[in-house]
Amino acid sequence: MLSIKNLRAGIEGKEIIKGFNLEVKAGEVHAIMGPNGSGKSTLSNILAGREDYLVSSGEVSFNGKDLLDMSPEDRAREGLFLAFQYPIEIPGVSNINFLKTAINEIRAYKGLGPMEAKDFLKLIKEKQALVELQGSLAGRSVNEGFSGGEKKRNEIFQMAVLEPTLAILDETDSGLDIDALRIVANGVNKLRSADRSFIVITHYQRLLDYIVPDFVHVLYDGVIVKSGTKELALELEEKGYDWIKKEVVEA
Amino acid sequence: MIAAEKISSTGKLVSDFEEVKKTLPGNSFVQNIRQKAIESFAELGIPARKNEEYKYSNVQKLFADTVTLSVAEAPFSNISIQKYLIPNLDAHTVVLANGVFSEELSSLKNLDKSIVVSSLQNAFEKHPELIEKCFSKCADINSDAFIALNTAYAADGIFISVPDNILVEKPIHIINLIAAKESTLFFPRNLFVVGKNAQVQLVETFETHDLPVKAISDSVTEIAVDENAKVQYYRLQNDCENGQQINTVCASQQKNSHFDTNTVTLSGGWIRNNLNIALNGENCETHLNGLFITSDTQHVDNHTLVDHRKPHCESNQTYKGILDEKSTGIFNGKIFVQRDAQKTNAYQSSKNILLSDDATINTKPQLEIYADDVKCSHGSSTGKIDDDALFYLRARGLGIASARKLLLHAFVNDVMQTIRINALREYLETLIHKKLGE
Repeated sequence: MLSIKNLRAGIEGKEIIKGFNLEVKAGEVHAIMGPNGSGKSTLSNILAGREDYLVSSGEVSFNGKDLLDMSPEDRAREGLFLAFQYPIEIPGVSNINFLKTAINEIRAYKGLGPMEAKDFLKLIKEKQALVELQGSLAGRSVNEGFSGGEKKRNEIFQMAVLEPTLAILDETDSGLDIDALRIVANGVNKLRSADRSFIVITHYQRLLDYIVPDFVHVLYDGVIVKSGTKELALELEEKGYDWIKKEVVEA
Repeated sequence: MIAAEKISSTGKLVSDFEEVKKTLPGNSFVQNIRQKAIESFAELGIPARKNEEYKYSNVQKLFADTVTLSVAEAPFSNISIQKYLIPNLDAHTVVLANGVFSEELSSLKNLDKSIVVSSLQNAFEKHPELIEKCFSKCADINSDAFIALNTAYAADGIFISVPDNILVEKPIHIINLIAAKESTLFFPRNLFVVGKNAQVQLVETFETHDLPVKAISDSVTEIAVDENAKVQYYRLQNDCENGQQINTVCASQQKNSHFDTNTVTLSGGWIRNNLNIALNGENCETHLNGLFITSDTQHVDNHTLVDHRKPHCESNQTYKGILDEKSTGIFNGKIFVQRDAQKTNAYQSSKNILLSDDATINTKPQLEIYADDVKCSHGSSTGKIDDDALFYLRARGLGIASARKLLLHAFVNDVMQTIRINALREYLETLIHKKLGE
């Protein structure tokens, strides 16, 4: 589904991702962990197509297509979804209107006509329940005046509505209390399927108690320095990142 | 009654008045005011760039070419006004053709008999007591050259009187149409008198009907809002590029009254809007909202003045601009809080988005506060479309064009929501959609 080969990239002339490799197959959940400044958010921004970041070398193929060649909207239309670490507040744009426009543009890209209003409302209702999002939130302006937890739930709600094939969760757990974390994780778990993959980027192991990954990778200074299964996350939780840093320095 | 003179300067406008004044309507009270007004205009003159009030709006350039004066010509008729009506708006319609009331094109049936909607000329004859009470009262001839010039020359316009305790159920839609074959200067003059406890919604639209040349309209509208009255006044300027307007609205509010106004400018080559509101009684509320979406070489200048003269009043201003291509915009908002006006709440906000590197906006808040127990604030911002928001929308699959459009609609949304006539708001939304889609 997603294949990243020797990716090097950065921002404002500073290289942050320094030869990154990752293979994600359909249905897999990969967790990427790492200390602050290791390049986690840079990676998610590059995959989503943020133009401030510059890729100097490497390849990213998504379902056989060159991802780096696509505009952010085309990546979304091809099935990639980024749950933002800091969801943007957009006063005056209602969640519903925004999602309707998004769905219909994605459909148009695939050569389909606009979704029937009746079907759209049914979809919204169903997905709202999935993330326990109140109806009134969906009718409000995008993220405007939402609490931290509501914003993150809204990200998962959007993901549920747009049904991507690859979802990248960028520190979705940051700033969430335990109840919100559980709701968000439940939402994600319900969306897990054989043809949908996830990349869960997080600083803490806590989220991975709820969203159990197939693989865990440790990102440090722009490269994956260690990969393993969910036990690696527990080890990190126990020992912190220092032993990894030490290993890297010694090697 | 046709006075067609080539004019191009202050001096010519002053000297021509001697000839024209014989043809102008009004009793000695009105004639007396006209005389004082032309004297004031002679003194003030067409403002130069060094005049702070006209620093960014070069009116002298507007008057550089010779124009024909249009004073009390018969209104043109034989046209269909269908395309100037607002879809689904159930309203009484009044048509001002070249600044002159057209009975033929207006439709005022079913209007309550106590309410007067007529030509100003007619009011000069039939309602001298209201004229003496309200004409040239809040529009001060000594304050601005174009108020003075209009007061001297104005021959007609709309007169509306809503007596005490009357609620006008349907909005009154005033359609301003301009048609001219040669460069012409018009002087429409309106007077709206709204009695105690009365309520009315006014919608005024400005369009050019047939204007292959440039025309200038120096218009003045006075609105007297009596105690406990509620007035909503919406203006839509949707001219073609040859329309050039210097548009002054002066409202005077008595105690416990509400005055809400929206000025929406979508098209028109050169527009200066002066909006002056005097709060002459306690506990008044006034809302001034504005929206301008400009392109090409359009020039839109909004000058507001809210004069808090009495305690416990609230004024609220929100102006928003979206400027594209080589257009220019100005927002100058003055708030006076006089010594008596304790417990005043006065707020002002001007926000603008520039869509092109060649577009310009000048915003200037001016607060002069002489009372010590007041709440006043002002804020101004100018920027581009928010890149983070744009990326967020694109990351959900929206293309650049529709993401931009969605954000621009969101930007104007709070001003749109202050329009409480649904049909008007929907109509404006359609026009804005079209304008932003270009």
